[in-house]
Amino acid sequence: MGKKTLMTGNEAIAEAAVQAGCKYFFGYPITPQSEIPEYLSRRLPEVGGCFLQAESEIASIYMVFGAAGTGTRVMTSSSSPGISLMQEGISYIAAAELPCVIVNMMRGGPGLGGIQPSQSDYFQATKGGGHGDYHVLVLAPSTVQEAADLMMEAFDLADKYRNPVMILGDGCLGQMIEPVEFRRRSSTDRPARDWTITGAKGRPQNVVKSLYLKPEVLEQHNLGLQRKYQRMIKNETRVETYLTEDAEIVIVAFGMAARIAKTAITILREKDIKGGLVRPISLFPFPYQTLEKVAEKVDKLLVVEMNLGQMIEDVKLGVCGKAEVHFYGRVGGMVPSYDEIVAEVEKIVKKRR
Amino acid sequence: MKKIFERPKSMYPVSTHYCPGCGHGIVHRLIAEVIDELGILEKTVGVAPVGCSVLLYNYISCDMYEAAHGRAPAIATGCKRVHPELVVFTYQGDGDLASIGTAEIIHAAARGEKITTIFINNAIYGMTGGQMAPTTLIGQKTTTSPFGRTSEEAGYPLKVSEILATLDGAAYIARVAVNDPKNIIRAKKAIKKAFETQMKGLGFSLVEVLSQCPTPWRMSPREAVKWVEEAMMPYYPLGEFKSPKEEGVRRE
Repeated sequence: MGKKTLMTGNEAIAEAAVQAGCKYFFGYPITPQSEIPEYLSRRLPEVGGCFLQAESEIASIYMVFGAAGTGTRVMTSSSSPGISLMQEGISYIAAAELPCVIVNMMRGGPGLGGIQPSQSDYFQATKGGGHGDYHVLVLAPSTVQEAADLMMEAFDLADKYRNPVMILGDGCLGQMIEPVEFRRRSSTDRPARDWTITGAKGRPQNVVKSLYLKPEVLEQHNLGLQRKYQRMIKNETRVETYLTEDAEIVIVAFGMAARIAKTAITILREKDIKGGLVRPISLFPFPYQTLEKVAEKVDKLLVVEMNLGQMIEDVKLGVCGKAEVHFYGRVGGMVPSYDEIVAEVEKIVKKRR
Repeated sequence: MKKIFERPKSMYPVSTHYCPGCGHGIVHRLIAEVIDELGILEKTVGVAPVGCSVLLYNYISCDMYEAAHGRAPAIATGCKRVHPELVVFTYQGDGDLASIGTAEIIHAAARGEKITTIFINNAIYGMTGGQMAPTTLIGQKTTTSPFGRTSEEAGYPLKVSEILATLDGAAYIARVAVNDPKNIIRAKKAIKKAFETQMKGLGFSLVEVLSQCPTPWRMSPREAVKWVEEAMMPYYPLGEFKSPKEEGVRRE
C-alpha cells in the first residue's frame, strides 16, 4: 500500500496524471486551477516529459491535439472561461478520435464571472460544448482521493475509446486539502496505436483529420462516433447511491454539492426524515437507469447543483415523469450549505405530509 | 534513355484539384522534391491547413495532421515536443496564418519552435470565394472590398516575413515567389534551407511564398503571374530576412 499524503485537489490531479504515465502538458494559467500547471512545470521534467505554457487556451488545446496525434498520454487543464476557448479544439479532437484528458475546475460564470467554485459548465461539458455531434466522457469527483483515482482512470478511458475525457470538478475541489493515496497501477496495457503520427517509417501514410467533404462519408463517420458513445453508455456509466433503499426523498447531486448533500442526509435522518442520495460520477454517460429505478420507489427528488438547474434536465429524463423533481441551487461562486439543503428538503416533505 | 525529370517519390501519382494557374501545385512539388533530396520522407510530418490546400495529404505522402483555422503551429508544436527527431512542417495560407492564426505563428516563432512553416501569400481568401485577406493590397478589389481595399477602412496589408524576422526565436525567414522559373528555383532553395535549419535544431523557419490565385483574382493564369510581379512584389519584396546563426539557438 502507498502512503497517504496531504495534497490539494489540484496537486493530487497533477501527480495522478504523472503516475498514470502522462508526460506532456500544454496549458494556460487561470484561477482556480493554476496549481496544476505549476505542479507539472516542476514534475514533468523529472520524468523526461514536457511542460509548455502556451500563448492561449486555444493554442494549448491544439498542442494537445498535436501530441495526442502521436499516441502519447497528454493533458491540459483550465477553468470555465478557458474551457470555452478550448471548445473548438475539443470538437476537432473528438472528431479526429484522439485520446487526451482535459481538467475543468469550474468557476462562476457566465463571462468572466468570478473565481469561486461553481458547477455551471454542466451543459457545456456533457452536451458537446463545441460544434457538431460529439461527446466527451465526463467524470465528476467529489473528494481529492476520487479526483486522483478518476484522473488515472481517465487516461485509460481516453486510450480505450480514443476520445477526450474531461475531469469536471469545481474550484473548491481543486483548492481543498485532503489525504490522498496514489495506488500503484497494475496494468500499462494500451490498445494498439497503428493510427498515430510518428513518421511513416516502414508503413503507409497516417493522416489525423476531421474533414469529410462527401455527406455520405461524413454521415458514416458521425454514426461511427455515435456507436462509440453508445459503448460508453453501456460500459462506463458510473454512479454512487447512498441510503436510497428506504428513502422517502432522494437528493441528486454531483461533485462538491453531493458531498454537502451527504451531510444534509445525516442531519435529516436524525430528524426522522429518510433522505437518500444519487451521485452521478460519470455525467456523460449519465446514469438515467439508476434514476428511473429510484423513481419507481420514491416519489420526490431534490436536485442540488451549484448552478441554476442544468443536470436537473437529465434527472427529469431519467425519472421520466414517475416522480416529482425539485431543485435547489446556488450560483455565482456561492456554495450551498447543508442547512440550506435540510431546510429545502423539510419544505418539500412537509408539503406532502 | 536517361530519365531526367520525374515525379518526386514523396508525391502520390494523382492530379491535383487546383484551378489552372494556381501556385499550390508548384509549391507542393517543391516541398516533395526537398523531402526527397533530404531523404526524410519517413520522418517528416506535415500539418495541412484550411482552405484550398486542405487536401495536401492527398498529394504528399508523409504522415499528416489536418489543422483548424490558424492552429497549425500549435499542432506542430505538440507533435514536435513529443518527437523532436521528426521534421515537422506546417502549410498555411494568408487568412490562416496572418489573420486567425497570428497568435499561434508569432508565438511558435518567438519560442524558437523547431518547425518549418510554408506560408502561401496570395493576397486573397481563395477557397471561401475571394474575400479580403490581411495581405490584400491597398486598392485590390475582392468580394468583401468591392471598391478596392482602403487603409481608412481596412488598415494595411500585413508583412508577415518582416514581422517574424524581428523575433529572436526565428532562425530563417525568407520571401519567395512562384511566378516564373527563376523564382521557382529560388523558392525551392529557400524551402530546402528552411528544412535544413530545422534539422540542425537552429530554431523556427518560415518561407513566405507569393503565389498566384487566378480565379478569385478574376485573371487569366498569364495575367496572374504578371500581377504577382507587378503588384505584389513592390509591397512584398523578395529575399532572406533572417538567416541562421550557425551556432544555433542556445539555452541560457
